Amino acid sequence: MSFPLLVRPIRLSIEAIDRRLEQAAGTLGAAPWRVFATITLPLALPGVLAGMVLGFAKAIGEFGATITFVSNIPGETQTISSAIYSLIQTPDGDTAALRLVLISIVIAMSALIASEWFARRATQRLHGN
Amino acid sequence: MLRVEAIKKLGEFTLEASFTSEGRVTGLFGASGAGKTSLINMIAGLLRPDRGSIVIDGETLDDTTARIHVPAHRRRIGYVFQDARLFPHLDVRQNLDYGRRMNRLADDPAQRARVTDLLDIGGLLDRRPGQLSGGERQRVALGRALLSKPRLLLLDEPLGSLDEERKVEILPYLVRLRDEANVPMVYVSHDAAEMRQLATQIVMLRHGRVTSFGGVKVLSAGLPPA
Repeated sequence: MSFPLLVRPIRLSIEAIDRRLEQAAGTLGAAPWRVFATITLPLALPGVLAGMVLGFAKAIGEFGATITFVSNIPGETQTISSAIYSLIQTPDGDTAALRLVLISIVIAMSALIASEWFARRATQRLHGN
Repeated sequence: MLRVEAIKKLGEFTLEASFTSEGRVTGLFGASGAGKTSLINMIAGLLRPDRGSIVIDGETLDDTTARIHVPAHRRRIGYVFQDARLFPHLDVRQNLDYGRRMNRLADDPAQRARVTDLLDIGGLLDRRPGQLSGGERQRVALGRALLSKPRLLLLDEPLGSLDEERKVEILPYLVRLRDEANVPMVYVSHDAAEMRQLATQIVMLRHGRVTSFGGVKVLSAGLPPA
């Protein structure tokens, strides 16, 4: 379900790479797949990270697909979102649900901060600092 | 020896070039829009001729009748672009080493030392392209192309994006390169003074056609009007 969210930013960042650098790599003897591995991919790294975080965020919040295909078995297929759902359905589950909500907020925030940090580092590397 | 007989249609413009050069430095001379860059892009393999052939030292790189087209990365032709095109995510040392790695050549410290000395870039090795001046960048680009051990070096207005002062800074390096590096070059420029200093043979292009060919004296026959 989160695949489009992953693909879009990665694709955009690959498209944004200067084709002329890839040509230069070709004249230096790099075959197309090596151009991709040594030039295109490293330069697209910030976009790849952004895509991964978006994909991760969407996956953590995934509810519909989980419930439909693997249902909600505690200890087996229960995800954090379906666990929150179950807890809200149970009497006195509110505090536990709140705890899980806080945990997911923390996970989401850390992923965001980590990806921002990586992206910033990658961008800095590109601009030569 | 470089033999080019190629026709390429690019929109409204038709490039129809035919020449054979044995010179150490073949100068492609002409006003902007004369087709100089398209011509060396064809030699490099970045552009495919519609009809014709390109042969270097007896090896056919392009021949449309025989359906031969050697891709750019297998031509062993170095290319120095007007805008240097250094890889921004690699430092100078890695940029210089790139061609050797991609061609799977053995490490050759002596050659590397020779090229870094020739171009005076030994002090820049740990910097990134973003921290270099225009002239430094162009010197690193020259070194990078040389270290891939090309059999021919293409230079597309390597001084074109530099101001007068920087040009004066780079020109002596190009002369040294011509005299010491032992790699034949094709030098593209619209500047007659540069051509006189560097080229041994001149191919004059106008509106996509070769109008004259010969020694440096063809330059004094007058600049081709744009």
